Amino acid sequence: MKQFKGRVIVPGTCRAEALVSRGGFNTLASFQMALMFGDKQVKCGDQNNADLYKKPMLGKALCLPMTIGSTTGGMVLYTACANGKQPACMLFSKPIDSLAASGAILGDVWTEASMPVVDMLGDEFLDYVQTGMTVTIGEDGLVTVE
Amino acid sequence: MKLTPEQQAMLDGAQGETLAKVVKTLVMYGDAFGAERMVPITGKCGHTVISFGLKAIQPVYDLYDQLIDAGLVSGQKFTADPRPIDPAVPSSLLEDIVFKKIMYTHQKKYEAQLKKLGITKDEDYTCTCYLDQVGNKPQEGEVLSWAESSAVVYANSVLGARCNRNSGIIELMGSVAGFVPEFGLLTDEGRRASWVVEVRCAQKPEAQLLGSAIGMKVMEEVPYVKGLDKWLGTELNDEACAYLKDFGAATASNGAVGLYHIEGLTPEAKKQGEALIREDAQVYVIDDEELQRVKESYPVVWKDPDAAPVLCFVGCPHLSLCQMEDWCSAVEEKLRANSMSRVSVPTVFTASPAVIREAEKGTLAARLRSFGIVISYICPLMYMNNPLCKKKPVITCSNKLRTYTSARFYTEGEILDIITSKEGKP
Repeated sequence: MKQFKGRVIVPGTCRAEALVSRGGFNTLASFQMALMFGDKQVKCGDQNNADLYKKPMLGKALCLPMTIGSTTGGMVLYTACANGKQPACMLFSKPIDSLAASGAILGDVWTEASMPVVDMLGDEFLDYVQTGMTVTIGEDGLVTVE
Repeated sequence: MKLTPEQQAMLDGAQGETLAKVVKTLVMYGDAFGAERMVPITGKCGHTVISFGLKAIQPVYDLYDQLIDAGLVSGQKFTADPRPIDPAVPSSLLEDIVFKKIMYTHQKKYEAQLKKLGITKDEDYTCTCYLDQVGNKPQEGEVLSWAESSAVVYANSVLGARCNRNSGIIELMGSVAGFVPEFGLLTDEGRRASWVVEVRCAQKPEAQLLGSAIGMKVMEEVPYVKGLDKWLGTELNDEACAYLKDFGAATASNGAVGLYHIEGLTPEAKKQGEALIREDAQVYVIDDEELQRVKESYPVVWKDPDAAPVLCFVGCPHLSLCQMEDWCSAVEEKLRANSMSRVSVPTVFTASPAVIREAEKGTLAARLRSFGIVISYICPLMYMNNPLCKKKPVITCSNKLRTYTSARFYTEGEILDIITSKEGKP
């Protein structure tokens, strides 16, 4: 077990299974097909992301360095939240980027969805966490990985 | 963040719950990036990246209805990204059914929403809103609330305006509130370069390839590019602007660049020179070998890599008028040399409705059509983003289109050779 302290972007607590993307997470490419065709498990549709492609994202603790891709990214994340198709939480090793921040904040302010977001967890966090591990977020941005 | 009394009152609900939520969104957005205050939007017009009535994003239209019902429309008129469908573009019956009956069923309703929210004109759907024919061209130093990566990077770099890489929806919230949080590319410090790129190519590098290489290297940071003056000169004429439009779109889509400086050419580089470069800036040297390496690194995601292309898109971002003229002359010359009268691959040139209107005034549009080329205002990205088109072998000289879809990248010269060859393949 290891603990990491980050910065809270969207407050909240949660406990979920980790799903880890080592490279940048392309929000549009990842969610597009699942949202368009109503995939209940919200499987990742990004062919360029070998870590996540075809893996269910719904309810997972999404661990990533940053998001990349189209400026529709925030809108896509907001739509996922509004439809109840969002990950359990998003945990960034780096400072959050403007597109991910937009989506997470829009989801928090304008929908009923709960998706805590913590950033700046550091490279060591992403080196340590593996897909399938259990992740717990405390109110203060303390993330426990076991 | 320190708000003015008026902004604080808006946040506290003095002008209604919906506006309070808009301001709360902007405050949280600014807090995430350490913004200390809001600054007024000083640009005349906004630009939104959401131009499509896609059934799957119904929550976005519901949110916009909330804004409209609360009487909250954009404080400034705005332009929008290109429309996702155009009957002029070749498509099968099945594709038509998918586009019209499954995907873009909300197009009319959404365009009606945009009218209420403040779109400038019915025809102002283009990613190149800053071209003279469209007229949404910000002035140097103006603060914007735009989204669309290629337009934001152009406005920041070529026009010297100030805008962050905003997401769709957030850009409209800024326009509704009339202010945006001050951070990143809105600040002098955020506009300094943390990379120096030295271009040492033997010939003028392809804009979309050079932009791709730089984007992939610097990601979201600001590059200061040296060595382009011998090809681009020191004046922002039509040719240089067209080059920078395509270059910037590639830096923004292959990486996440929101601003670049070109030595001796772009406004801030002209005024401040190397003072724009941070003391700890890294250096990236690009020569012909490096560009070739980058090009060869692109994955080919076609099922059959040797398939003959069935469609070619030129114009992502949308073509400028001078680019359409250059392409027209080049295609004409090449067809004549090959004793052909029409292109061998169905080819679509995309441009804004305003640029197409200009092309229709003279002989340009008619000449292009006589070569079998379709002229369209469509967004090629939107056209490609569905399971049917994804399977088609489509070629393009756009690195943005390559990045987001299954389209295969070739240089402009290669595309010209392919579409004017008798075989219709490389």
